[in-house]
Amino acid sequence: MTALNRAGWRPEMNVAGGADDNVTFTGNRALMLEEPLIFEIGGSETTGVDFDEAAPAADLGSLARTAPIGLPGLSESETVRHYTRLSRQNYAIDLGLFPLGSCTMKHNPRLNEKVARMPGFADVHPLQPQETVQGAYAVIHELAEWLITLTGMDSVAMSPKAGAHGELCGILCIKAALEARGEDRRVILVPESAHGTNPATAAFAGFTVEDIPATEEGRVNLEALKARLGPDVAGVMITNPNTCGLFERDMKAISDAVHAAGGYVYCDGANFNAIVGRVRPGDLGVDAMHINLHKTFSTPHGGGGPGSGPVVLSAALTPFAPLPFVTKQGDSFRLIEEENAGEDHPQTFGRMTAFHGQMGMFTRALTYILSHGADGLKQVAEDAVLNANYVLRSLTDVLDAPFAASGPCMHEALFSDKGLAEGFSTLDIAKGLIDEGYHPMTVYFPLVVHGAMLVEPTETESKAVLDQFIGALRSIAMRAKNGDPALKTAPHFAPRARLDETLAARKPVLAWEG
Amino acid sequence: MRYLPLTSDDRAAMLATIGASSIDDLFVDVPAEARLDGPIAGLPNHASELAVERHMGALARRSRAAGEGPFFLGAGAYRHHVPASVDHLIQRGEFLTAYTPYQPEIAQGTLQMLFEFQSQVARLLGTDVANASMYDGSTACWEAIVMARRITKRAKALLSTGLHPHYRSVARTMAKYTGDILVDGDPSLDAGTDWAALADSIDKETSCVVVQYPDILGRIDDMTKLAEACQAAGALLIAVVTEPVALGLIKSPGEMGADIVVGEGQSLGVGLQFGGPYVGLFACKTKYVRQMPGRLCGETVDANGKRGFVLTLSTREQHIRREKATSNICTNSGLCALAFSIHMTLLGEAGLRQLAAINHSRAKAAAAELAKVPGVSVLNNSFFNEFTLLLPTTARPVIHKLAEKDILGGVSLGRLYPDNTGLENGLVVAVTETVTEADIAAFAAALKEVLA
Repeated sequence: MTALNRAGWRPEMNVAGGADDNVTFTGNRALMLEEPLIFEIGGSETTGVDFDEAAPAADLGSLARTAPIGLPGLSESETVRHYTRLSRQNYAIDLGLFPLGSCTMKHNPRLNEKVARMPGFADVHPLQPQETVQGAYAVIHELAEWLITLTGMDSVAMSPKAGAHGELCGILCIKAALEARGEDRRVILVPESAHGTNPATAAFAGFTVEDIPATEEGRVNLEALKARLGPDVAGVMITNPNTCGLFERDMKAISDAVHAAGGYVYCDGANFNAIVGRVRPGDLGVDAMHINLHKTFSTPHGGGGPGSGPVVLSAALTPFAPLPFVTKQGDSFRLIEEENAGEDHPQTFGRMTAFHGQMGMFTRALTYILSHGADGLKQVAEDAVLNANYVLRSLTDVLDAPFAASGPCMHEALFSDKGLAEGFSTLDIAKGLIDEGYHPMTVYFPLVVHGAMLVEPTETESKAVLDQFIGALRSIAMRAKNGDPALKTAPHFAPRARLDETLAARKPVLAWEG
Repeated sequence: MRYLPLTSDDRAAMLATIGASSIDDLFVDVPAEARLDGPIAGLPNHASELAVERHMGALARRSRAAGEGPFFLGAGAYRHHVPASVDHLIQRGEFLTAYTPYQPEIAQGTLQMLFEFQSQVARLLGTDVANASMYDGSTACWEAIVMARRITKRAKALLSTGLHPHYRSVARTMAKYTGDILVDGDPSLDAGTDWAALADSIDKETSCVVVQYPDILGRIDDMTKLAEACQAAGALLIAVVTEPVALGLIKSPGEMGADIVVGEGQSLGVGLQFGGPYVGLFACKTKYVRQMPGRLCGETVDANGKRGFVLTLSTREQHIRREKATSNICTNSGLCALAFSIHMTLLGEAGLRQLAAINHSRAKAAAAELAKVPGVSVLNNSFFNEFTLLLPTTARPVIHKLAEKDILGGVSLGRLYPDNTGLENGLVVAVTETVTEADIAAFAAALKEVLA
């Protein structure tokens, strides 16, 4: 007998099954259902789609695909069940607090989903004649206006597909601006606490990356930065609020110093949620900043994308913005793309992606913004910061908070692994939280703090939810301090125990080989 | 406000716990000159769900949706029927509102789906492995060129003139700043591809040859000889597929020897969405996997020996390797990959082959019908579901006149190549299973009227 379900119980496991062994015949545990791969349950002749006609014969000669492709099909009923079962093995915001620092896992309003599916947005081709897509252009333009006003900047490039793509957009604007000035500056300065995308982006665009040191209180060291500025420095990439959860108090002074030295200021806007509606980056001297619509403006993360990363730009960088973009003339909208750029936007650095960017995210983000309005967005920032400070100050007696003395935190609270029992680490706390029914916080980032734990509750959590989470984290912290061995093997109640990541990397199995 | 659960009493109690007297105390580190006193002036305040839906609905009605009438656009984005269950399943909150699966014990749903997606993509494209997806086809194409540079340690890429002009633009943008050398050009209005000439142009500086299949004019060709020429010269063959449904009918690039196959997965599950979000496909031979950009999901076991999946080989990626990473990409197109995978699972091999055959046959019927219009001819001697019409006049005004008759009649080459007057009579027409015989007849009749 061969069990269909390789993932669960198998005969060769040599256990009797039944409640006494805590093992079942199927591998299932009531509502926790194991699910095979489609390759184990599907068939090459099975399909869940009906057509109105039989497959017509084609005459493609030697180009015809005759060999088996190996794509399993399922009926619709099996398909719905397969993916529904898989979905239940995921944690999600819809299930509970998802306090991943720097990721801003806030509630995703369902009105956004409904609007994005309106045929005038969802069923429109990017190359339709312009007179037939005025509504789509209107959305892009209206969202652009909001982003410009909320950030106090000069313009916005809407096409970048995600945050890191937005970083690339900003860095290419800086490159193009330097080129226009006839300067060949090669160095981008990046704080050690930066997201990995910052140095990777600068390098991807051909810059050399150098670290900016931090002060003991977790902020950019302004004096060290000033000392490094010079004719070879193209600019800085600074995250504000920063990845330690702090507002960069000297941001304006940093910008002034960088500008005085002929460089540009890129701000990583991943943490814009903490200040939206309360602080405008344009007032701090920023030249370019990407906005993760999937963070601050609630478009769904979807298990890892799609993101969307519009980039707001200062007047100094606006002439170099990428194609295409939308302009308004009276009541109608017009696209500036390759054919008219020579006249209307001659210094553009070019195109970053096919078509217009993440339209499906623009509709959702605009819906979110209109729902909140200026007053609501201000409240978003305030509640996000309030929630983070509440978590921070409620746990400093049991967890080390390295920058607790550096002032209030912004949208996220940072803890370290200092004081845990010998052999216990941040990872154990994270896995313990899983058993308590939470997604763990961001762990081991930023790299500047040992065993970092970055907690970002967001504004869409209630006090009751936070109180329970604080209690759970407190309990786990105490267990880690007291050396509870059960924590080392957590999670115990998840669909899987700890997974062997070393094996996965040493002997990669990246596709079904059956 | 409906998304904000804190009450005034909660806020007061929390401030007391924190030891702050007001919310402003928490923003003391903001420089005085950047503090705003109240909500940003000139913007409206919050609005009800009803009011927002009304506003957005009015904007949506200002666009002509593809489904409202005859529709023949392609050129990198295709309108296919997406089964209802796809959209239902991707709206499961556990998929929709999950994050990147960094904690695999509670993300097996996303991870197993990605493993299945990677396996489906690899098989469809005819390669060994595929990653968990990229932003879209155009960015995947550039990343493939960069990957070929890393592998061959050469920097000259030969781009087929049949490559989508937006994809070429993206590569040109990046190459300006990275020092990569691109050899490219506009297509000629030939019935066949430029691949034989490309094979002759490969030299010892060439890192890769990039071809699109089917290409921007809809032409299809056998790339076996080109692959051999690349291999002989130590260069890589990169194939770009913008219409993956084609691979249910025509040979995959992998079967013909392509080293890296990238593509746009939008056709399956995703929908038009005015150009995004889409889903970039990225696949290659196993020997190059450690030079791949983007996320990869792999199989492993848990502490109890049960099969499970994790993100793996992450030492290629920016969060570990920082400025030495293979790419700065920090996401994939997870939800679109899910939609692709569900649609592919619903189709299965038999369904995909049938869908592809119907597309091809419908396109042949349309080409035959449109070629009957006086002065109009079909350029291609081979195509899948998209072909190029040669009109007796400039195609762009024709498109607008057709739109006035409520027919969206394709993409003019003038839109795609505005600087090249030699192409201005070309019109790229895509015909999928969503096009009816009546649509084809209406298009032919309207075209005849417009050209008369």
